[in-house]
Amino acid sequence: MDVTTRQLTVALVGNPNTGKSTLFTALAGVRQRVGNYPGVTVEKKLGRMECLGRRFRLVDLPGTYSLAPRSPDEMVAVDVLLGRVPDLSAPDAVLCIVDASNLERNLYLVSQVLELGLPTVVVLNMIDLARQRGLTIDAARLSERLGVPVVEVQANRRIGIERVREALVRVVQGTVEPRGSPFPPAFVREVSWLEQQLASANGASWPRYLVERLLLDTSGYLQRHFRGALPAECEAWLAQARQRLQGEGCGVPAVEAVARYGWVGRVLDGTVTRTAQAGTPLTDRIDHWLTHRVIGTLFLVVVMILVFQAVFTVAEVPMQWVDAGVGWLGGLVEEAMPAGALRSLLVQGVIGGVGAVVVFVPQIMMLFFFLAILEDCGYLARAAYLMDKLMVRVGLSGKSFIPLLSSFACAIPGIMAARVIENRRDRLTTILVAPLMSCSARLPLYVVLIEAFVPKRAWLGNLLQLQVLVFVGLYALGIVVAAGVALVLKRTLLRGPTPPFVMELPSYKWPSAAIVLQRMVERAWAFVRRAGTLILAVSILVWAALYYPRDEAAVQAALEAQRAQVRARLAAVASGSTEAVDLAEQLAELESPEAVEGEFRRQSLLGRAGRWIEPVVRPLGWDWRVGCAVIASFPAREVVVATMGVLYNVGEQLDVEEGSDRLRLQRALRVARWQQDDRPVFTLPMSLGLLVFFALCAQCASTLIIIRRETQSWGWPLFTFGYMTALAYLGAWMTYRVALGFGL
Amino acid sequence: MTLDALAFGRSARVCAVRGEDEISLRLMEMGLTPGVEVQLVGAAPLGDPLELIVRGYRLSVRRVEAARVEVEPL
Repeated sequence: MDVTTRQLTVALVGNPNTGKSTLFTALAGVRQRVGNYPGVTVEKKLGRMECLGRRFRLVDLPGTYSLAPRSPDEMVAVDVLLGRVPDLSAPDAVLCIVDASNLERNLYLVSQVLELGLPTVVVLNMIDLARQRGLTIDAARLSERLGVPVVEVQANRRIGIERVREALVRVVQGTVEPRGSPFPPAFVREVSWLEQQLASANGASWPRYLVERLLLDTSGYLQRHFRGALPAECEAWLAQARQRLQGEGCGVPAVEAVARYGWVGRVLDGTVTRTAQAGTPLTDRIDHWLTHRVIGTLFLVVVMILVFQAVFTVAEVPMQWVDAGVGWLGGLVEEAMPAGALRSLLVQGVIGGVGAVVVFVPQIMMLFFFLAILEDCGYLARAAYLMDKLMVRVGLSGKSFIPLLSSFACAIPGIMAARVIENRRDRLTTILVAPLMSCSARLPLYVVLIEAFVPKRAWLGNLLQLQVLVFVGLYALGIVVAAGVALVLKRTLLRGPTPPFVMELPSYKWPSAAIVLQRMVERAWAFVRRAGTLILAVSILVWAALYYPRDEAAVQAALEAQRAQVRARLAAVASGSTEAVDLAEQLAELESPEAVEGEFRRQSLLGRAGRWIEPVVRPLGWDWRVGCAVIASFPAREVVVATMGVLYNVGEQLDVEEGSDRLRLQRALRVARWQQDDRPVFTLPMSLGLLVFFALCAQCASTLIIIRRETQSWGWPLFTFGYMTALAYLGAWMTYRVALGFGL
Repeated sequence: MTLDALAFGRSARVCAVRGEDEISLRLMEMGLTPGVEVQLVGAAPLGDPLELIVRGYRLSVRRVEAARVEVEPL
């Protein structure tokens, strides 16, 4: 098809922190398609734009400092640029965005992009910042030296965007003039030689850029990547060529950086003039304090506390709305429909299940709102810098700090925030241990059990309270176990060389409202769309297991038998005694509709499964009802409180935040007895064990599904579920045994 | 001497970057090539990593990484 009518593909490349996303949104609008490239965890972002009657498809490539792939994730950018990605045509032009205030390092990437021989437009962003720093850039001269159009823009203010579109239309119509190589002649010669060798070996022609990369890549990644396609002699050719280059004083791989920065120096000479500026730049002054030994650390602590306060408290309000909305909708359906399986499916399975997902959305949006601000203004890199030493001790880097901290609010945004970690092994380790951080969904159970079963003891005049200590202990347990698991993972499954922490500390700038809002909505939507469908399926499954077979006669018979038992005991005790009052209350409860519902649950498939697995959970001191509640809480761990409520006859509507209901469940748990010998089920050792179980278990389908999405495999979520459940069981058993041993 | 041994606030000229692995490559890609001037600004509160100014921007590297960079103090 002719160039004038066909939709043209444009690839957008640039260093991180150059305003690339801002430019992408300015060019393509907010209607972006976000997906994943097959087999890697790189986000694929596509947008559309039009200019002078031309239609363009814009591909946003991940921000990178260099087009030298050493991992599958880095390979994606090169594959897209060389047109090697299946459902994406080769780019007709490249848009390369550079930070005008940091031209020298940014031009390194430009020099690689220019070697691809594609029509290119260089976008000079943040010219205002450059001017503030006393830098004057002669764009015309720069364009002349680079041999491509250079457009000055301020992407955050949408200044110069139209000129970028016009420049793109111009370059796709023109022809690309051959550009000289930045490399010394000896190196250019060797690349040509290797190109010929490869062509003569199997006739296939290799893109010159890939041949050059093959010669430069001493890590061996590219050779492994193209294993099947490369002739066997390639290894020897590479060794010969490298040896010859060593002899000529341009040894691989150092030659690349030296040659490219040499080229950058020649391009910039006379293009950029630096005028003396008054005083130290603002960034330097801010940075002096924000990375200060004491003040910087304090500032980080305060920022983090503020963010989490906001995530917990501000998100609390919309979460209650969502919750109330879900309850209202459930009530509406409940009234409008006759009782039966369909109504129960809609109310408990569908509305309840979707509600359990949607309720996370305010927290996700809140956290990403703040993280986007911190990232866009340049502080996130400082937080990683400040915390790196601490994280190195557990085998991770400073970049894992924010994702892990975020997981205390909710593991889902935490896992999504791990995308900033470039190294695959570090990112995976962070994702796999993130669910161990005590998230807010664990709070209801912590509150119920600690209040009911941990004695109110205090030392040092109320300063040290036992209940608070247990609470803090559960949080500490999550952190300590996460550190241990991270260490083990980094030495076994995810072993590899320590990735470099060579990281840019970008200049501070005002965050862009558009980018912050966009990122917030994007993350929330990604969660709802991907997780929502699967969670709905899981909730319906659990609903069905708790609903069927619903045998009315068997339930009434079982209840009647229990009532007869209580009546017999009531007859045996003196009337008016406390025991008689208790028994009378028990009898009344057995006659309530809640008791019928509870008996249905007990006789459901899940109830039977609970009894069937009782031998497995008995070593932990649990009866089958606890086991059953734990299984039913697989979709979301906070469900365990409501399920226990049902199984112990307290009723479905159970809100732990409210005083009276909370006491009802706690009382019900306290009077729960083993059927065989009338011992109480909930003792202090058993409760402590159950708390430890919930601190460590992976009962959250949303988290597992997000892990699947972020790792692009089912193996890692299964692994996470497996190891966390094993640790939770072991931890609960040890806690129970040790507590029993101490005679608690 | 190596870059990690430089006093805070001092500048130096890079002579060489040792090693051919990913870390050395990344150091060079980020602009630490022979001949360039680099200033050691300071260190994070726990003593590691270090903060540098090179080619007009701020770069953070760990001490073990900085130890690969041979410099000549200015």
